[in-house]
Amino acid sequence: MSLLRTENMTMRFGGVVAVSDLNVHLDKNEIIGLIGPNGAGKTTAFNMISGVYKPTVGKIILGKEEVQGGQTVTVEKDITGMKPSAITKLGIARTFQNIRLFKELSVLENVVIANHLRLESNWVSSVVRTPDYTKKETAMYDKSMALLEKVGLAELKDEKSYSLPYGMQRRLEIARALATKPHILLLDEPAAGMNPQESDELMRFIGKIRDEFDLSILMIEHHMQLVMGICERIYVLDYGITIAEGNPYEIQNNPKVIEAYLGVDD
Amino acid sequence: MLTAIAIVIIGVLLFLANMFMDNYQLRILNLSGIYIILSLSMILINGFLGLFSLGHAGFMAIGAYTVALLTTPPMAKQMNYYLDPIVPWLAETEWSFLPAILLGGVLAAIAGFLIGAPVLRLRDDYLAIATLGFAEIIRIVFTNLQSVTNGSLGLKGLPEIEIEIPLPLIGFTLNLSACIWIAAIITILFMVRLVNGSYGKAFKAIREDEIAAEAMGINVFKHKLLAFVIASFFAGVGGAFLGNIMGTVDPLMFRFLLTYNIVLIVVFGGIGSLTGGVLAAIVITAAMELLRFLDSSFDMGPIAVSGIPGLRMVVFSLLLMFIIIFKPRGIMGVREFSWQWLIELPQSIKNSSFGRKKLRKDVSK
Repeated sequence: MSLLRTENMTMRFGGVVAVSDLNVHLDKNEIIGLIGPNGAGKTTAFNMISGVYKPTVGKIILGKEEVQGGQTVTVEKDITGMKPSAITKLGIARTFQNIRLFKELSVLENVVIANHLRLESNWVSSVVRTPDYTKKETAMYDKSMALLEKVGLAELKDEKSYSLPYGMQRRLEIARALATKPHILLLDEPAAGMNPQESDELMRFIGKIRDEFDLSILMIEHHMQLVMGICERIYVLDYGITIAEGNPYEIQNNPKVIEAYLGVDD
Repeated sequence: MLTAIAIVIIGVLLFLANMFMDNYQLRILNLSGIYIILSLSMILINGFLGLFSLGHAGFMAIGAYTVALLTTPPMAKQMNYYLDPIVPWLAETEWSFLPAILLGGVLAAIAGFLIGAPVLRLRDDYLAIATLGFAEIIRIVFTNLQSVTNGSLGLKGLPEIEIEIPLPLIGFTLNLSACIWIAAIITILFMVRLVNGSYGKAFKAIREDEIAAEAMGINVFKHKLLAFVIASFFAGVGGAFLGNIMGTVDPLMFRFLLTYNIVLIVVFGGIGSLTGGVLAAIVITAAMELLRFLDSSFDMGPIAVSGIPGLRMVVFSLLLMFIIIFKPRGIMGVREFSWQWLIELPQSIKNSSFGRKKLRKDVSK
């Protein structure tokens, strides 16, 4: 059973069909890629899955493993059109193509804020500082510090997040997404603007967090080296239409994909 | 710990002030306390959530009218309502002050909820215009509810706020200044704790990037509404005190100019800094009174300047412009005063270039 599945997901903006009949499925601990030329509808697809847009047609189904009576079963839930915050609570976290950190806040605060959604105290107890709340807050800070250590940003915890170098900002954005305790991570062009060495590092990093946090990852990426190196399956979009699906080898040799990227001889 | 000591010191100072200051000075002190409450409530939405809301005067009007109507003795009410008699269910009410003030805040908070629910979907200038409009609507409603609020005649002869603390053996009564400053200190503590807690962090996240905050699982609309309701509550409480200190409450008091005064304080103190707001509330309130001589005629050396009413506000507008040009984030910006900073102050002065120069001079001697 897949953790995430879209059924004929379609998005129309007026007369423009940004994404048409997209059927993606993501299995447990998989890393899959979503590629395509600019304007192919990749980010639109992400925005639908994460709840920013409501699909015009189609469904998004989230599968969740639960233990019922000693047996592990997958419970399915339709998350189409839910609010982004509700979807994040259900375990889908995302990063953004153009980094969206809380710029004026420190590195640590950025990660602590991502813990807020799992805080089960109301605002009154945060003002009164009940022992229960204080305990939870301390736990939030400890967890955030541990996470920063894992991703190698612990020493920079008091820096304002906008002052970090570009690669670090990308890493912090991923750390912040991890702090929401997701099962599924959506990465929107994580290697954008990186040099080959940095993107190599990123590739290892993504593999590492997949294993460490038990994640399934769906990513949009233009760096073919990264995509081919890490993704188990790849979907190719062109003008909103899925033109190919398969493993990296199949995709590289698919004439339709070559045509979409390089054009065709007359 | 240090905070507790500071509160005790402030308490003692206020007690002394109460004994030795004349009425006029005491009034300025009280006004400062009220403006602390009001500016902190505005900083919460305008500074920490980054929403530009200009509806404060409306919520203050609700608080002020609630307290005025509930606490004025029946006799005084009868004298006020000579055009239209007061509605019977308000004619005989004479509440004590504490519940009346709290109810004033709660009613303002309810109004904040009702207005915030539709309006908080807007952003930036649109939100400012919508909240401004609603504040004006509240004022117009109060002007026209002749038999409840006495319309444009307003309510006069309000009894001064005092709260009895009915403790056995040491029961005592808090006078107006004490009530105002206790409310101000509670507001400061409340806001500091709210802002530093997890919810405050979520507010800041919304200010920084709404889309990212939503993606981090923060229900942006719910948090905005929560902050708006809390701010409305404190605006209502502040309004209740302001109406009381003036001795009269009428709709003209709650025009946009009142909100403007608070905006001035908030911008001066630094949007996003609670301590900046507290500081600015005291400085601006005192300055507004000290500069009162500008409105009357005065001598500038050999030149006699005849009084121009409103010159004071011109000076304040210029001040606001200067701050926006040279210190666009106010005197404190988003920094906060902390005990840590105060303790390390001598050290940091020593380390600064000024301190070092002085040190070198000493050495060369």
